[in-house]
Amino acid sequence: MVMTFLRRELVLLGRQKADWLNPLLFFIIVLTLFPLGVGPEPNQLRIMAPGIVWIAALLSVLLAAERLFRDDYRNGVIEQLVASRQGLMAFVLAKAAANWLSTGLPLVLLSPVVAMLLGVESAAFVAMMLTLLLGTPLLSILSVLGAALTMSADKGGILLALLILPLYIPLLIFASAAIEAASMGLPYSGQLAILVAMLFLALALVPLAVASALRINVS
Amino acid sequence: MFKWLHPLAKPETLYHFCGRLFPWLMLSAVSILLFGNIWGLVFAPPDYQQFDTVRIIYIHVPAALLSMSTYTMMAIAAFIALVWQVKVAQWSVLAIAPIGAVFTAISLLTGMAWGKPMWGTWWEWDARLTSQLILLFLYLGVIALYGAFSDRQTGGKVASLLALIGIVNVPIIHFSVEWWNTLHQGASITKFDSPSVHPSMLWPLLISLLGFYLLMLALVCLRLRTAILEHEQHRPWVRATLGGH
Amino acid sequence: MTDFLRARGLSCIRQDRVLFQALDLELSPGQLLQIQGKNGAGKSSLLRLLAGLSTPDDGEILFQGQPLAVQAEHYAASLCYIGHHSGIHEQLTAMENIAFWRAAYQLPYSDSMQLLGSLGLAGLEDVPCRMLSAGQQRRVSLARLWLTKAPLWILDEPFTALDQQAIQRLQQCFHQHLAAEGAIIVTTHQALSQDFPSLRTMELAYRW
Repeated sequence: MVMTFLRRELVLLGRQKADWLNPLLFFIIVLTLFPLGVGPEPNQLRIMAPGIVWIAALLSVLLAAERLFRDDYRNGVIEQLVASRQGLMAFVLAKAAANWLSTGLPLVLLSPVVAMLLGVESAAFVAMMLTLLLGTPLLSILSVLGAALTMSADKGGILLALLILPLYIPLLIFASAAIEAASMGLPYSGQLAILVAMLFLALALVPLAVASALRINVS
Repeated sequence: MFKWLHPLAKPETLYHFCGRLFPWLMLSAVSILLFGNIWGLVFAPPDYQQFDTVRIIYIHVPAALLSMSTYTMMAIAAFIALVWQVKVAQWSVLAIAPIGAVFTAISLLTGMAWGKPMWGTWWEWDARLTSQLILLFLYLGVIALYGAFSDRQTGGKVASLLALIGIVNVPIIHFSVEWWNTLHQGASITKFDSPSVHPSMLWPLLISLLGFYLLMLALVCLRLRTAILEHEQHRPWVRATLGGH
Repeated sequence: MTDFLRARGLSCIRQDRVLFQALDLELSPGQLLQIQGKNGAGKSSLLRLLAGLSTPDDGEILFQGQPLAVQAEHYAASLCYIGHHSGIHEQLTAMENIAFWRAAYQLPYSDSMQLLGSLGLAGLEDVPCRMLSAGQQRRVSLARLWLTKAPLWILDEPFTALDQQAIQRLQQCFHQHLAAEGAIIVTTHQALSQDFPSLRTMELAYRW
């Protein structure tokens, strides 16, 4: 069932390209703004790179999150899935997977370009790739949660950011710490392990919260 | 205990219960707070290093402790609201949230006021300050989420769910921020076997703490009564109680 | 067995307005229950309560003698609910929408092409639903009734936007379902044009 749902989500993303292309463009534009804002000094940029990349990733995933459930809520798909019960969890998982494939994965693939723009060294670059690879699925899961909570709210947008950004903080801390450690030549497997732990914890708990948020929103 | 609690799930009973409790709570809160704070602010000895600035702890420490326990209280109410579908529990989540947010803000502001003379800066990106700030965001998130729904019942349920998600996250956020940067002094009162606070300062502090707790409970009673009236305004018992129309 | 679906003392309050109070309702297999009432009388809210989407402010709903809360999964599996919204995604084609619902309800494979053809949608299977008219979209959404095996149908305004021919077709489908010991709860504004021996109607009064 998850595969059928995932295929449906991917077909939809294929037809609504703006949904995932705009966040990617946003990611690149935010990254080009940083050197303009803080100055083009290469050493300074290299130090700030991990934080910049991660903050840009957080914001662009957040941008993609807003529309996650909107259409399916408006035309009653969610309501009828909630009534049928059995499909709901698979639907949530498919949404999260499709969100990662359309937003998280492209960010990982874009990261070599980003590294080049910001002059990141190769050791830190590997760490950046790894943290993005482990961290973006968590970002997707949490943004699905935020989208589910605010689904039937009158004003989504800013509210979503207020709810979800605090939840991103642990991820941001450990991901930047891993990249920083790598750039100083220190081992960073500990931070990666914590990222994996957080990812599994979220995978276990968040879908339940999402399903109940969806149920509440259609009641 | 459950037998005793169960009738309180009925809005009318809870309204009268809170009404009976409120004057006692408020009276004792005010008198204990006056006693504890005057003792602390006027008569307790100044610190040998921090001089008179230390006196802010009689407000700062209770507010900081309360910000966490209020959140826990809110999360317990949220759990009851979601699992057993108790309406008054859902209303109390929204009754508690702003109180907790104000206590969190007080602890942050007093902390900043103390930090300026002691650390030489209003704000330091230290673990405790940061996690306290994030706690404030979590409170504001609950309040804002409730406000975003035109249907109050949906809003209340979603806000309860967020409060519950928050309580799972509070320890994670707390430890990650702790790990990230630590400058704040460690806990002072909880180390009871060898308190690092002299008894002459500890007693007024504990009394102030008790006063703050009572004040919080009194405010929760007051807000909960208002919330019950607001939600039940069309029920006959409200009209009978208030005598209006 | 008369205890198929039974509701006792239901009340529903929305936005401080009491929609209905102390409402009793009973449905046995083979019965068709038509709920009538003005706009805003609470028809949809009643259906949503019965579909288990929301919980009543008072009263209880029993399915086969058991409250809904203790057998939510079983009840959901015995139910086909089609709400006020169509439940079809406008960017997807009719075929894709049906494939989605088949997966969600875990229905056995059947020929969707033929089904859509019989609903007068031949040639439109691969057109995104936003290109279809309101009535055609409604047909796609109702196609689920021909697929589902659920004994209880709860349908909110199924006849909206349908033409005469489609209305007749849908009522024939009702007949088949009732003959197979199924039960239907439906809201409509207009009376049903065909004759249903097991029809019962219920009027929801608008109240302030």
